[in-house]
Formats: sequence, structure tokens, C-alpha cells
Amino acid sequence: MSPTLLLFVVLAAMALAYHLGRKRAIRVVGGVSQINRLHSLPAYYGYYAALWAGLPALLLLLFWIGLQEQILTALTVAELPPEVTADLSEGRLSLLISDIRSVATGNISSGEISPEVAAAAEHYHRLEGIADLALWGLIAALVLAGTAWGWQHAKPSFRARNRVESIMMLVLILFSSIAILTTLGIVLSVLFESIRFFQKVPWTEFLFGTKWSPQIALRAEQVGASGAFGAIPLFTGTLLISFIAMLLAVPIGLLSAVYLAEYAPRKVRSWAKPVLEILAGIPTVVYGFFAALTVAPFLRGFGESVGLDIASQSALAAGLVMGIMIIPFVSSLSEDVINSVPQAMRDGSYALGATQSETIRRVIFPAALPGIVGGVLLAVSRAIGETMIVVMAAGLAANLTANPLESVTTVTVQIVTLLTGDQEFDSAKTLAAFALGLTLFVVTLILNVIALHIVRKYREQYD
Amino acid sequence: MNASAEAIAAKPSTVTADKLGQDQSTATTVGEITSANPRMRCREVNVWYDDNHAIKDVSLDIGQNEVISMIGPSGCGKSTFLRCLNRMNDTISTARVEGSIQLDDQEIQDKSIDVVPLRARVGMVFQKPNPFPKSIYENIAYGPRIHGLTNSRAELDELVETSLQRAGLWKEVKDRLDASGTSLSGGQQQRLCIARTLSVSPEVILMDEPCSALDPIATAIIEELIDELRAQYTIAIVTHSMQQAARVSQRTAYFHLGDLVEVGTTDDIFNQPQHKLTEDYITGRFG
Ligand SMILES: Nc1ncnc2c1ncn2[C@@H]1O[C@H](COP(=O)(O)OP(=O)(O)OP(=O)(O)O)[C@@H](O)[C@H]1O
Ligand SMILES: [Mg+2]
Repeated sequence: MSPTLLLFVVLAAMALAYHLGRKRAIRVVGGVSQINRLHSLPAYYGYYAALWAGLPALLLLLFWIGLQEQILTALTVAELPPEVTADLSEGRLSLLISDIRSVATGNISSGEISPEVAAAAEHYHRLEGIADLALWGLIAALVLAGTAWGWQHAKPSFRARNRVESIMMLVLILFSSIAILTTLGIVLSVLFESIRFFQKVPWTEFLFGTKWSPQIALRAEQVGASGAFGAIPLFTGTLLISFIAMLLAVPIGLLSAVYLAEYAPRKVRSWAKPVLEILAGIPTVVYGFFAALTVAPFLRGFGESVGLDIASQSALAAGLVMGIMIIPFVSSLSEDVINSVPQAMRDGSYALGATQSETIRRVIFPAALPGIVGGVLLAVSRAIGETMIVVMAAGLAANLTANPLESVTTVTVQIVTLLTGDQEFDSAKTLAAFALGLTLFVVTLILNVIALHIVRKYREQYD
Repeated sequence: MNASAEAIAAKPSTVTADKLGQDQSTATTVGEITSANPRMRCREVNVWYDDNHAIKDVSLDIGQNEVISMIGPSGCGKSTFLRCLNRMNDTISTARVEGSIQLDDQEIQDKSIDVVPLRARVGMVFQKPNPFPKSIYENIAYGPRIHGLTNSRAELDELVETSLQRAGLWKEVKDRLDASGTSLSGGQQQRLCIARTLSVSPEVILMDEPCSALDPIATAIIEELIDELRAQYTIAIVTHSMQQAARVSQRTAYFHLGDLVEVGTTDDIFNQPQHKLTEDYITGRFG
């Protein structure tokens, strides 16, 4: 039976319970004219009944959907004749299970259907039917019991409002902890995989090694048998590209922010700001092929004409396009900061006979500087974590160089290449991606914390 | 000190004093709007904030070596009028100023005149203290630096010191000139802003409630300063303290809902106000 249908049934039951609870509360005190004898407004008695009718059933439904398949599979496997399961490896067993499941749902399985599998599928199918019935029964019971409980509590002395408020709070806490726990889970899983990586490759080699060639040979005598996991070339590549990006984005973003905040007439501002926001809304993959297909060939051609050798996947091209992507980010953050410098500062300066540019240079800019630095740090952390542009426009070769005309690779590019394609999930090669991810995470986290701290401190100054 | 009428010539007033008192209409100003030796001359000045008509047909002279005080209930347009005198209303996008305002016979309302030198000549102390988020020293040194008033660091140091001394702040801050101007107390900030204005030696000084956050001692210092500055400068001061108006100014202007109701020698305004509104305001305060 479909869970969606169940969900609707439960929701309908909640509506009904609301109605019943509310009605009863009014009837118990003897009509609408008497409702001030109730502790809470009648609707709260309705909400209370509805929450009791719906919440336990919904929770059960959630768990059931999550666990049904595993439990049924375990039961089916336990029923299999011992001689079938006895000498099966883990991989073959899971293959067998998926066979059983596909037969049970009527799909085509891989190869011949053996009698054991057919029997097991039959069994699985039967269990499924039982489970569905049980679920319906349980949910119906829960809904009825909950409604009865809530209905029965619709009495004048019952503090329905307070109860409903605290139940709502619990629900909110539940949802926010889902968000927090998910984050925590992701961080922990990256952390654990990284630890596994560092058991295979010493962390000193990873952090300080200068050679990156993440090839693990399948056979000992194969070429490239010696993998090297020195991430320094990736870090320098990332830094080089981010540096080029900031070199472009910070001056342009900042100056356009000053123009928009201080000079632009209202009319110009009203169309210039949306245009900048459009720039911020372009998907990074579009920037990526702009970099790879337009900017890089242009730079290469330009280099040829002046006698420079520019790689077709140069750090310069990726950096420049990334810079363009970050301009609106820098500009809108800086503009906010500049706007939040109180008008009284400007007035004070103008009243001393300062010009507008003197005022901007010597009063507004210093006052806004901490906030601007915060904004730039946020932009840097974005540049470092940016993936799509560099995947398309930066190279794969882990060159240790500071020359922007050569091709470099970045941490994010390597994570993508390590994890795409068919991979074994416990080789050093794939685990290295987690270690890189962890490094990236730590660096961006630190940058963000510093930046937010600076921005917040700056805000306090004027609030 | 006593208010004196020495600088005011006996020119005919815009309205003769006799017909007033009962008439509540404030369309015209009572008293002598002109000054014998005018430094600034305002004629039929009107200010709007969008549709809010904040200053209505105000005409007033501000004389050389004279202190004129502007009094009136909150929201009557005193600050607005003061801000017209150095075109500070330009910074408010909704504000619109009409009429003629002259400084030494030069029309400052002219769009072609450069407001930067104008504001260097007509300085202003704001109603709310607005020190820059810089050190105390840099707050004062800012103006002299941009105008290149000093040639050496020693000269600048001296200018900073004298400015702070005149504003009565030197003793309190001389050991912490590097501290941020915003770390001072409200009253200290107010004196810092006065010192900042003095540092560029403007010819006309506009002060918007310069003593609103000061204790009696600091107030006395500022009042003495104003009296001393009168010898060289022209000063317009907005105040809510009638005693202060009586102590420091030679002429007083009473504003009411955007109208300049009455103007005259401080003695006359406080002792024999001509207009009913002025009288109500003054007696209401003096009990
Ligand atoms: N920046 C502004 N934008 C819009 N309206 C303003 C602005 N400044 C002042 N006003 C309006 O102009 C009128 C006069 O204000 P103004 O500040 O000149 O009064 P004031 O006499 O200085 O009062 P106070 O004694 O309280 O300082 C008020 O009605 C006020 O609401
Ligand atoms: Mg005011």
C-alpha cells in the first residue's frame, strides 16, 4: 500500500480530530456563550486532539518506511535453506538478495531463476503483504487512540494552550536537530574516511609532500606503481587561481560598490544593482565553459601573437573567470558595509569643507574597512571552494608553479577526478578525496569564522 | 553677560509692533530681521522635505561679530534652517531649498558655486555629536590636513592642542590622544566636535545645540568660548536653554512650525516679546 495514501489518510484524520476536540470543548462548557470558562480558546483543544491523532502515526510511518525493507530482507534470508547461504561471500549474497527482490516485485532478474530464489521471492512477497496490513492496523489504532485521548482531554480545566505550545516547541526542536545532525554526520563521515586515508599515507607526506600522482597500481609490477600523495601542488594551484581571482574581483567589486553607494544617482542604482545580481545568478557551469571555450583560447591566441607560451588550460583563464564570478559578491557585501556607515560621518566631514572623494578615502573607507575585509575573506573562501569553473578551465596536471600562464590543478578538481568513474571505496586513491575535502572544509571554516567575526564586530560599532 | 543691541541699526521692521499680539497669524515676521553689518542674508527661504514644508518664507540677517540664537519648540525647523546656511541640506535627497541666501553678498544657493570652500568658511557643529571613528588626534587633525593649514607636524600638534583647549577638552584627553574619538562620553564627544570645527577656523560658525549634553562647568567653558569667538567670527546657535540664549546672544530668533515668528535683540525678546506665541513660549519656560 502506498505510504502517500497513508499520509493523506492521517492528515484527514488530524483534521477530523481537530474538529471533534474543538466541538467537545465548546459542548462541555455548554455552548459558545460559555467559552470563557475554558482555560484556552476552543481551537487549542482541537489542535491538541489533532496533534495526538497525527504525530504518533506520522512518526511510526516514518520509521516503518525506513526499516521495512531491511527487516523483510533479513527475515527472508533467514528462511533460505542453509545449503544455499552457507558458502556465499558477502557480495554474492547481496546479488542473491537483489535477485529475490526483483523477482518479488515482478522485475527481470539477472540470469536463470533457481527454485530457491523463486521460493524466497514468494516468501518475501507474502511478508510484504503482512507488513502492509500491520502498518495499516497500527496506524489506525494510533490515530484512534490519539483522537480519543485528545477528545477526552477537552475539559475546562485542561491547559490546552500551554500543552500545544510545548508540543510545537518539541516539533521545532526535532526539525532543527535534523539539520544540525545532518551537518555533524557529514563532517564526521569525512573525518573518519580521512583517518582511514592517513592510516595508509602519513599526514606529513600529504600536507608537505610536493608530488601528487594518486595512482595505485593493481599489480605490483605495473607502471606508476608508486602513488604519491603530496598535496602541496594542489594547495598552491588553488591559491594561485584564487589569488588571480581576487586580484580581479577585489578592486572592481570595491570600486563599483563605492560608486553605487556614494556617487550613483538613484536611477542608475535602480538598474545597476539588479544587473550585478544577475551576474551573481549565472550558474557556475556556464562560467566554466565561458572560461574553457572563450577566455582560454583567447588568452592562448593573444599569447602567441606576443610570443608568450600560454597553456590552453592556464591558471590565468580560470582565475580571471572566477574573478568575474566573484565581483558581484564582493561588490554587494562592500556596498552594504559602506551604506551602513552613518550619514552623520559624511555630514561631519562635508561640514569641514572636505570633498566627496576626501570623505570617502579618509572617513568612510577606514570606517568600513573591517567590514570590507570580512567580505573579502568570505569571497576568498568561496573562490577556494569553487569547483565547476576550475574543473572545466584548469588542468589536471599537478604542477608546482607560481606562473599563471602554466596549467595548474586545484583541490576541488582533484576531488572530482578522484571520485568520478568506477572506484574502489577503500583504496588510498579514493580516500585521498576525503582528506582533501577535509582540508578544504577546515580552511573555509576558519576563513568564514574569522570573516563573520570581523563583520559582526564592525556592526556592533554603530548599532 | 548681558545681551546687547549695539550692532543692530534702527531700520524699519517688516511689521509694525502695535498691531500684534492678538493676531495669531504668523505669516510675517515680527521685529527687525536686518542687521547693520550683515554677514549672511537670507530672504524668503523655503525648505521642503518631500511634501513637508519645514521652513516657510524665512528672511533673516546674521551680522558680523554677532551671536544670534535660535529658539523654538522641537520640530519647528531650527536645525533645518541652520543647515541651509552651509548647504548641508544638499546631502538629504528629499530636501528642497528655495529662496536667496547670501554670504558676503555672494549667492550661495547658486548651483554653480562650489560647496566645498563654502563649508570651509561656514563651519557647523551638529546636534548629535558625530566624531569620526578615528583617534582623538586624527579627529581634530582631519580638517587642517585636508586644507593644508599646517606645514609641519609640530604646527599640527599645536593646532590640535589649541583647538582642544578652546573647547575645554584638552585636560581630559591630553594623555590619550590616540584613543578612539568614539570612546569618549557624549559630552566629551560634543566638545571634540566643537574643537574639530574650530580647527579649520571658519568665518561663520553654526552650532546646533552644542551644550545639550554638557554639565554646567563645560557649558560655561563653551559659552565663554562663544563670547570670545564673537570678536572675530559670526555665530548662529540653536539652543533649548533660554538662559543660555540670554547669556550668549545679542539677537534671538523665535521659530514656530517652520515660521520665523519674531526676531529682535535678545533683551527685547525676553523682556518685551511682541508676538503672543513668543511670549507664551518664553513665559512658559520661565514660569
Ligand atoms: N532628514 C529629514 N527628512 C525628512 N524630514 C525631516 C528631516 N529632518 C527634519 N525633518 C522634518 O523637518 C521638520 C523640522 O525639523 P528640524 O530638525 O529642523 O527641527 P528642530 O527645530 O531642529 O527640532 P529639535 O529642537 O527637536 O532639534 C520636522 O517636522 C522634521 O520632521
Ligand atoms: Mg534640531
